[in-house]
Amino acid sequence: MTMISRRTLFKGAGAATLATLASPALADDKVKVGFIFLGPIGDYGWTWAHNKGREAIEAELGDKVETIYVENVAEDASAIPVLRDLAQQGCKLIFTTSYGYMDQTLQVAGEFPDVKFEHCTGFKRADNVSTYNSKFHEGRAVLGTIAGKMSTSGVLGYLGSYKVPEVVLGVNAFALAAQKQNPAAVVKLVLIDSWFDPPKEAAATETLINLGCDIVTTHTDSPGPLQILEQKGLHGFGQGADMSAFAPNAHLTAIEDIWGPYYVERTKALLDGSWASTDTWDGFKEGTVMIAPYSKDVPADVVALADGVQAGYKDGSYDIFTGPIYDQDGTLKVKEGEVMALGDLAVIDWFVKGVESAS
Amino acid sequence: MGIDFIIAAIITVVGLTTPILLAGLGELVVEKSGVLNLGVEGMMLVGAISGFAVTVYTFNPWFGVLGAAAGGALASLLFAVLVLQLNSNQVATGLALTIFGTGISSLMGLSFTGRIVVPFLSVFPESLAKHEYLQLIFGYSPIVYFALIMVPLTTWFLKSTRAGLILRAVGENDLSAHSIGYSVIKVRYAAIAFGGAMAGIGGCYFSMVITPMWAEKMTAGRGWIALALVVFAGWRTGRLLAGAYFFGILMALELYAKASGFSFLPSQFWAAMPYAMTVVALSFISSRGTAGANAPACLGKPFLPST
Repeated sequence: MTMISRRTLFKGAGAATLATLASPALADDKVKVGFIFLGPIGDYGWTWAHNKGREAIEAELGDKVETIYVENVAEDASAIPVLRDLAQQGCKLIFTTSYGYMDQTLQVAGEFPDVKFEHCTGFKRADNVSTYNSKFHEGRAVLGTIAGKMSTSGVLGYLGSYKVPEVVLGVNAFALAAQKQNPAAVVKLVLIDSWFDPPKEAAATETLINLGCDIVTTHTDSPGPLQILEQKGLHGFGQGADMSAFAPNAHLTAIEDIWGPYYVERTKALLDGSWASTDTWDGFKEGTVMIAPYSKDVPADVVALADGVQAGYKDGSYDIFTGPIYDQDGTLKVKEGEVMALGDLAVIDWFVKGVESAS
Repeated sequence: MGIDFIIAAIITVVGLTTPILLAGLGELVVEKSGVLNLGVEGMMLVGAISGFAVTVYTFNPWFGVLGAAAGGALASLLFAVLVLQLNSNQVATGLALTIFGTGISSLMGLSFTGRIVVPFLSVFPESLAKHEYLQLIFGYSPIVYFALIMVPLTTWFLKSTRAGLILRAVGENDLSAHSIGYSVIKVRYAAIAFGGAMAGIGGCYFSMVITPMWAEKMTAGRGWIALALVVFAGWRTGRLLAGAYFFGILMALELYAKASGFSFLPSQFWAAMPYAMTVVALSFISSRGTAGANAPACLGKPFLPST
């Protein structure tokens, strides 16, 4: 086990060095914006989507801004030297794009008060640390609607990473939306303790299928599960990006994370001096969450239902976290007609009725 | 819980086991020759991308497997030159090989991300694997059968052939082997290349069979499990096979326990199991005294002949 952690440490150090080497001594009138990424930019999921957002900054503000990124930064202490390195290279704004960088971001932000930080999906802020997030669960409600309507077994699989609020929200939104279509629908949940582990994701998908799931949705980052579903002739959804290239028949649609507009807006705020510490949580309405094109396997009536959910989120008439909502033990958590507050959603740690999970 | 359920579970176990069995067998032979190569993870990654790339270009998975073996062997030869020719520290060089393999495979894979190949599944006629019981026998990728055949072949090679005897002699006492005229360096080159090729084929099982795509770091630490497996097996091929399936079953059990809603043990416990079991096995082996001698005596030591 020590070998593994040492290896990660080496890699962190290596990545930091590479970042130093990769930034050419360009004319210094450009403002530098830094990014640290959890996975490789070629993961076709989470990191890929964040990198698209970075490219949007380059495209729109490329004459004034230079971006630097470091991939494969582990969510442990090795993120700290990487962040320091970016700050010392002159980055004025640094996006830390995963939940596990929370305390590291706060620590380095304390050391560099002139540098602005933006932490994705976290909840700790400071004068120079903003947080931003996306209402992925709105997208999960669309997927749940499709899955609930299309599943013949009524048993749905959910492959997740860790029990963090983002995943819990996703599971709950998916389950509640599926139950609106099929009140008997159950969701079997497997959390694999990793965001990216294709062989384990594949094995977990096989397990869920073997336990009767005919649709599996993924909340981990690789297209591996979709490839298993493709081989078995079943259906699933892409995560973070359109993954239909990996599984043309299995891929029904995907939640796409669109970070570009936010990244551009915040960079502009930095440039004109209006940047302030904020907490942003956007969804369908603001265009941060999008649904990829539906595959031909989604029937017209299901498309209409799914579009209805999206339209409802855009005009504010739909919220999946509207009571009555019961937890796994059958305790009433949200009363009839009440809607869960954003603050409660952000720290949710219980699953709704119909979710079968190990914890 | 019908028979289909059990068969599907077994197929998942086979999928989890095959890569670590292949890489473990290769590493076992390397260690038997007295060399400790900690670069298994790196070699698996190079094998994964090499196999995938060759399959993309040739549309032939058999060439892909050969490419994976060649890629893994090439990566291992880099290690071999450093530790055999320059007598560098084997532990440090092995770790460096893992870092190098991770990096070079990402570089090689740049133009292959987002592409897929046809999975290299069973080559038996479909009618053979139609029935569920027959699927249990005929339903796998050829790589699975290759791994299973390699177990007795390796045993036979190490125990019953002259070359195997020389390899073990080199691993047990390199100076003696050298003094009676065997080329320690050549034997170790061959063993390291074999280990690299096997790790490469193990790696391509990920990129060509389980999830037929390339993704950076897609082996996700299986190389380290293969290393633990060799120690767990006490450098014996038969026990390596049993150990690989034991680890595979543990990994599958974790997933089945979670998907069925059992939460009697935290998942971190399951993830640590292969390593914990290795420690237990090591303690057990050394407590029996003589059996501990099964570890090659020259393991990890540089070969420094006086003449």
